[in-house]
Amino acid sequence: MHTPTTEARPSIYYQYEVFKPWLASAHPPQTRQKVVIIGSGPAGMVTALELARHGVPSVVLSAELQFSQGSRAICFTRRSMEILQQVGVADRMTAGGLPWRFGNSFYRGQRVFRMEAPHDADDRFFPIINVQQQFMEEYLHDACKASPLIDFRWGNKVNTVVQKDGYAQLEVDTPEGPYTLKSDWVVAADGGRSGIRTAMNLQMEGASYEGFFVIADIKIDLPLPTERLAYFDPDWNPGNTILMHREPNGIWRVDYQLPPGETPEEALRPESLKARINAQLAMIGHAGVPWEMDWSSVYSARTLTLPDFVHGSVIFTGDAAHLLPIFGVRGANTAFQDAQSLGWHLAFVAKGLAGPQLLANHSAERVGAAREIITEAGKSTRFMAPPSPGFRLLRDAVLSLSLTQAFVRPLYHWRTSRPHEYTHSMLNSAGDDNGLFKSGPAHGAPPQNVRLGANDFLLDHLGGGFDLLYFTDTALPDALQQVINAARQKGMPLNVTAVGAAQPVAGADQHLPDADGHLRQRYGVPAHGGAYLLRPDQHICARWLTLDATRLQAALNNALPR
Amino acid sequence: MTPLSHSPTLSIGGLETVYDALATAIDQAGADKAQLFLVKLALLNANALADETLFQQHITAALQDL
Repeated sequence: MHTPTTEARPSIYYQYEVFKPWLASAHPPQTRQKVVIIGSGPAGMVTALELARHGVPSVVLSAELQFSQGSRAICFTRRSMEILQQVGVADRMTAGGLPWRFGNSFYRGQRVFRMEAPHDADDRFFPIINVQQQFMEEYLHDACKASPLIDFRWGNKVNTVVQKDGYAQLEVDTPEGPYTLKSDWVVAADGGRSGIRTAMNLQMEGASYEGFFVIADIKIDLPLPTERLAYFDPDWNPGNTILMHREPNGIWRVDYQLPPGETPEEALRPESLKARINAQLAMIGHAGVPWEMDWSSVYSARTLTLPDFVHGSVIFTGDAAHLLPIFGVRGANTAFQDAQSLGWHLAFVAKGLAGPQLLANHSAERVGAAREIITEAGKSTRFMAPPSPGFRLLRDAVLSLSLTQAFVRPLYHWRTSRPHEYTHSMLNSAGDDNGLFKSGPAHGAPPQNVRLGANDFLLDHLGGGFDLLYFTDTALPDALQQVINAARQKGMPLNVTAVGAAQPVAGADQHLPDADGHLRQRYGVPAHGGAYLLRPDQHICARWLTLDATRLQAALNNALPR
Repeated sequence: MTPLSHSPTLSIGGLETVYDALATAIDQAGADKAQLFLVKLALLNANALADETLFQQHITAALQDL
């Protein structure tokens, strides 16, 4: 019998709703499901929403009866917002969030580095926006509830997953006891401590760093802008690093490294938290400002990934698939990219529109992304929390030099999460003109957003399937239309946008005037007849200076291997 | 030992000047800061060298016969 707490979690700024558990006795006998998603965090819910968008139903199992405790993930990148826009929650994130683009590093009272994240006029979203995870989960949950294809089950804890021939069988425990659930596919989105990963005895590759960090959220009124603040080697915490972020609702995140040998239990004692937070406030010139503790936790830095995310009928995603350090806001932001990728890859396989090699592609692409992130995050971690005497000496030398020597200051840049480019994806078209373009997003790259008008951007018009951007002001050639129609008849969702057309044109589902040619310029298309093919996650898989029917057919075949 | 570079090297007099200056600076930094001082110096020299391959050769050479 699984009995999750029915007591609302404490919070200064967030009112937790305790949901009713889903009970098997109140529902008809369970048929075999297409997809069961274990876990209702960012990765699980975005996977469910993307699957639903492609017409695939799913069951989402949450062991708890409420959203996660504490703010957890608070910094969401532009690409995350673009993904959240695709699943319909970006407006709510924007409404409640604090956008920012500057980061500051301090040493001995001097600002030794200022990061300025670029903000292009063509971008709808800021480089980063701060929103507490509970709100983000609430927005995603509301979107899940609004979908008839998502069966959300609170209070359902998975005890076991047994791989069968072509499906998996789950024992799911509830407040009235366990029931059995069968599913063609199981998505393990059960977080960094994934019980499914442990039960399947899967080993992760990479490194774990020693040392702990405390995260504390405090309610306090500080007259500081929404920017990242990093303090190195302060007098009150010698050798260690402190980070601060403004959150919505009058909350600040204070994040500090513990001296070696101190246990998490010692660090989380109220008197210990109080003394250190007071010391930090005093150091930044705000001693004595009243504050109240909302939530605290401890983490350690790890750079680990499963070498394959697909295991029989079980697919790992988000933190269940990899553990990434907090520096560079890589947890939830990577999970969104994982989930968006998994959503469409799995949907197309579940619908029989592609073979299992499409799931292998998902795994290869996202493991590649995880490894790239681990390489970058490892550099940040070795600077923020040096793992050995040598690394500490180099870090301290850089701190010291940075007061007078500009050349070392870029080492403070902690390489914020950015979308992985699937440059060598098997879905990229071999016979297109990718190499001939002088600019624009290349093979595997995420799309370049483009401002079309007031509150109107290119990415507002894309998604839900493959997108063909065809640069024209007249009807698509018959031969192209025939290829497009044939692909659709086989079930491939393919949306055609005529770019540069002031009026609707035959063969296009929509048209964008692009009167000043700005979109065409950003995509490096020199003349009418050029085209881009975007996957359902909007990454580029083919582009042509002059599109013809034969090469379009080849690209479509390649993008959806059967 | 093989030479690390074909570029101009220090004269004997210049080497002697460096020898004295470095020894004096290590003493000035003090025992507890000598390591930090030497790493800062190595980073400044590496930046002036502007050649990470050559710097790696210097690391290899310096690690010999410790």
